[in-house]
Amino acid sequence: MSITVDREKCSGCETCVSACPFTAIEMTMGKAVITEYCQACMACIAACPEGAIKEIPEVQEAQKPQEGKGVWIFAEQREGKVAPVAHELLGAGRILAGQLKTELSAILFGSTQDEAKELVKWGADKVYHCADPIFEKFNDEPYSKLLINLIRDYKPEIVLAGATPIGRSFIPRVAARLRTGLTADCTALEIEKDTGRLMQIRPAFGGNIMATILCPNNRPQIATVRPRVMKKGEYNPDKKGEIISVSAGNLHCRTKVIETVHDTSECRVNLQEADVIVAGGRGLGDAKGFNMLFELAETLNGTVAASRAAVDEGWIQYRHQVGQTGKTVCPKIYIACGISGAVQHLVGMQSSDIIIAINKNPEAPIFNVASYGIAGDLYEIVPMLIKKIKETKGN
Amino acid sequence: MNIVVCIKQVPDSAEVRINPATNTLIRDGVPTIINPYDMHAVEAGLQIKDLTKGKVTALTMGPPQAEGALREVISMGVDDAVLLSDKAFAGSDTWATAYTLSKAIAKISADIIICGKQAIDGDTAQVGPEIAEFLNIPHIAYIRKIEDVKTNSIRVQRLMDEGYDIVESALPVLLTVVKELNTPRLPSLKGKMAAKKAEIKKFGHQDIGVDEKDTGLKGSPTQVKNIFAPEARTDRKMLHGNIEEQVSQLVEELKRLRCL
Repeated sequence: MSITVDREKCSGCETCVSACPFTAIEMTMGKAVITEYCQACMACIAACPEGAIKEIPEVQEAQKPQEGKGVWIFAEQREGKVAPVAHELLGAGRILAGQLKTELSAILFGSTQDEAKELVKWGADKVYHCADPIFEKFNDEPYSKLLINLIRDYKPEIVLAGATPIGRSFIPRVAARLRTGLTADCTALEIEKDTGRLMQIRPAFGGNIMATILCPNNRPQIATVRPRVMKKGEYNPDKKGEIISVSAGNLHCRTKVIETVHDTSECRVNLQEADVIVAGGRGLGDAKGFNMLFELAETLNGTVAASRAAVDEGWIQYRHQVGQTGKTVCPKIYIACGISGAVQHLVGMQSSDIIIAINKNPEAPIFNVASYGIAGDLYEIVPMLIKKIKETKGN
Repeated sequence: MNIVVCIKQVPDSAEVRINPATNTLIRDGVPTIINPYDMHAVEAGLQIKDLTKGKVTALTMGPPQAEGALREVISMGVDDAVLLSDKAFAGSDTWATAYTLSKAIAKISADIIICGKQAIDGDTAQVGPEIAEFLNIPHIAYIRKIEDVKTNSIRVQRLMDEGYDIVESALPVLLTVVKELNTPRLPSLKGKMAAKKAEIKKFGHQDIGVDEKDTGLKGSPTQVKNIFAPEARTDRKMLHGNIEEQVSQLVEELKRLRCL
C-alpha cells in the first residue's frame, strides 16, 4: 500500500510532519507531501486532524505466504562453547513453537556433540549439528552458505539468531539470498492471532520509538534478537531430543581469520552479556577514576562501560563505549557515574532493568531515566557504595 | 583501485528531543546529517585511495535533497558521486535497499566497498552484508583497523565481543566500519570548490536495471505494522537524607531486589 495526502483537505498544519518517525513528510507550497522515506507506518494518518491522509491499498491478489514449518534458532558458539544468547533464543523459540504447535530446532555449527546435547536439555526438540572444522573460527561465507542450504532443505517458518557481532554480520546474507525479510535486534516476539504471523518488535531511533515489523508473504521470517532480553529456556537434564549430523559439503570461503586477539584489559565480561554494568563519563575527571569503577564492578561481578566523552578523552578503550556510536546494552543494573545523560548515551542503556545515576548536577538528564539517583560527588559516593556492598556481602 | 563508499542522510539525533508528556520524538526542524558511521567509511575510502592511487565514489539512495550529503563528502576528497533517487525506491526495507544499491555498485564496479556499521535511524546493520551477498563477494563487518591493502587482498581487524579478530580477505570485498577506525578529515578549501562544481550522477531504477517489483515498498519483504512509544519507566524511586543515608538506602533496595 502507499500513503497519499488529499491536497484539498490538507490545512498545512504540519502535525503530520512532526508525527512522522521517518522524516518522510515535507511541506511544499503549504501542503504536506509524502517523500521516498515513507515506510507506510501510518502514524500520519492517525495524527492528521483533517483526515486528509489516506492509505491506498495496492491492487493485488491476496498472496498466500510461502510454506514453512517449525521454529529454528541459531546457536552461536565461540571457541566451541555455545553462547548464553542461544539459551535465551530457545526460551523465546519454545513459546513461539508452542503457540504454533510446531517443533523447536537448534542449529549448531562447529563445537561438539556434547554441546549439541546440551541444547536439547535447554529445550530443543532437534539439533542440526555440523562439526566441520571450517566453523571453528567465524567466517561469514561458510556460515551463511550452510544455513541457506539447510533452510532450503527443511523450510522452517521462523529463524531466530542472536543480535551479536556474529548474528548481525552473517544472517543478513541469509535473508538476502533467500529473498525474505529480516528484522534486526528484536526485543519482543509475538504470534499474531488468526494469521499466525510473527510480530517482530524492535526499538528504532535508539529506543525512542518501538516498531512492530511483519514479513507477510516470504518465509522463513527471520529475526535477530537482542541478547539478555528474552528469558532463558528451562534446563531439563532428562529432556530427549534428536541430534542430526549435517555435513558441510563444499563450502567456499574467501576470508580467513589469521588470529583471534582477546582483550587484555581488566574488563573480561562482555558488555552485552553482563548482569551489572558500571559506567563512567566525563564527571570522572581522569583515566584513574576508572580504577574505582572497576573495583565497584568487581564487587558486583559486573563490568565497566563508558560514555563517549570518556572514550574521546582517551581514558578507556572504544569497546567500552555505550550509546549511539558504541554498544547497546540492557543489564539488570546499570550504574552511571559522572554521566550527564546526553540522548546519544541514553539510547544505548535506557532499556536496562534498573538504572542508578550518580552525578553532581541534580539537573542532569540521566536522572530522568534513573530508577535511583544520588546527586553528589562520585568520589565520595562510589567508595562508600563499595564499602557498604562489601559489608552486606560479608554478612 | 576503485572504492565505493555507501552513505546515508539521517536526522541529526543530537537535535532530536523527546516530548516528556507524550514520550514521542520532537522532530520539528531537525536538520539532517550524514550518518556518523558513514563519515568513518568515507575517511577509510580516502585513506585507501591515497595509498593505492585509487578513486573513491560515494553512493547514496534517498530523496533528491540527499545530493547535499554527496557534495559534503566531495568536499572531503571523494572523486565521484552517485545519487539513486526514484519514486520507485520509496519505502524500501533493508532487502530492497541492499538489492538496489548492489545493482548500482555493479554498474560502477568496485574493488572495495565500504559502509558504516549501521545507520543511526534504523540501527539494523543489515544493508552492508546484504549488498555483499547480492554481489556475491565476501564481507567483513565491524572493522576497527585496516592493517594492509594489497592489489588483490586486504587484512583488517574485526571487532568482536571478547576482543578482535585479524581477518584477511580476497578482493573485491565489502567492509563495514566502526568509529574507532579513524578520525574523518575536514573539508579542504579545494574540496569545497570541487563540491560546488561537481556533477552528481543521478540514477533511477531503469538506469541500474532494477525492476519496480524488486525495489521500494513492493520489493520489501518486511512491513512496518505499527509504531508506538515505549513504555515509560515506572520504577523511579527517590532516596532521602544525606549522602551516606542515600547510599545505605540504595544498598537496601539492591538487597530487596535480590541484586546483592
